[in-house]
Amino acid sequence: MKIVLNGEPREMRGETLSDLLQESGFSGRVATAVNEDFVPSSLRIAHKLNDGDRVEVVAPMQGG
Amino acid sequence: MKLFYGTQLPNPLMLGTAQYPSPAILEQAFRDSGAGVATVSLRRESGAGQTFWQMIRDLGVLILPNTAGCHTVKEAVTTAHMAREVFDTKWIKLELIGHTDSLQPDVFQLVEAARILTEDGFQVFPYTTDDLIVGEQLLAAGCEVLMPWGAPIGSGRGLNNAYALRAMRAEFPDVPLVVDAGIGLPSHASHAMELGYDAVLLNTAVARAGDPAMMAKAMKLAIEAGHLSYQADPIEARDMAEPSTPVIGKAFLS
Repeated sequence: MKIVLNGEPREMRGETLSDLLQESGFSGRVATAVNEDFVPSSLRIAHKLNDGDRVEVVAPMQGG
Repeated sequence: MKLFYGTQLPNPLMLGTAQYPSPAILEQAFRDSGAGVATVSLRRESGAGQTFWQMIRDLGVLILPNTAGCHTVKEAVTTAHMAREVFDTKWIKLELIGHTDSLQPDVFQLVEAARILTEDGFQVFPYTTDDLIVGEQLLAAGCEVLMPWGAPIGSGRGLNNAYALRAMRAEFPDVPLVVDAGIGLPSHASHAMELGYDAVLLNTAVARAGDPAMMAKAMKLAIEAGHLSYQADPIEARDMAEPSTPVIGKAFLS
């Protein structure tokens, strides 16, 4: 399945958002959104991704 | 000092975490500023996020995540939700940028986003202009803090419209008010506190100074001085001189 992860096209093997995070090596404190909607961490395991979905994975960063 | 959503700030300085020459200098600046609140953001994870988070936690300050760079209500609301989960706080510094050059808040979208987030249990710190009507609308939307700009973000121009900021203080005597953005010098920060503001939020003025830690300390002292000045009830300015030394009893020598 082809998805877009943080702006980059990407092929993924699994089915869920949780699978994608694992495949991509994300760990620690991150938050996720799919197609501009927030997906809480508790729902990642059940959130099935579809071809063309846009996934954002964000983490703490410097800010003013 | 007024409470910010029920929380007493250790002191009236909120300090940003961006643009420092190194993490070590950031830590030193925080120590020397005594700031009780650190602003942070969320960006696409590239590996650096976890180290940064650890360092911020070690500072032992309150965390205020922002929605910097958001231009729509939808974007800001989604970012706020992500921030609440990552930083484990209801606090959100709500920024809704309306203009690319001035980074002026889009106050119409700001009020809408503030209402949505407040209804969802967030405690919103809105980055706003010095417009009184917008301030009223934000309070009606559920905000319990207002953060008017002093000048555009990063401009270092100080308080562009001290008259408007003073009017805002008078209009909302019981609301915690923070001058957010535009501070360049300690005198600017002191000025904000002299007007009776409850806190100052700044970043660039410290982070981009030649010696950030020293500037952090200068800001701390200026904010304390301004705060004391407000409490001490300063004199009114006047046009004509008034001798401070007693006139009576002066020796007749001419």
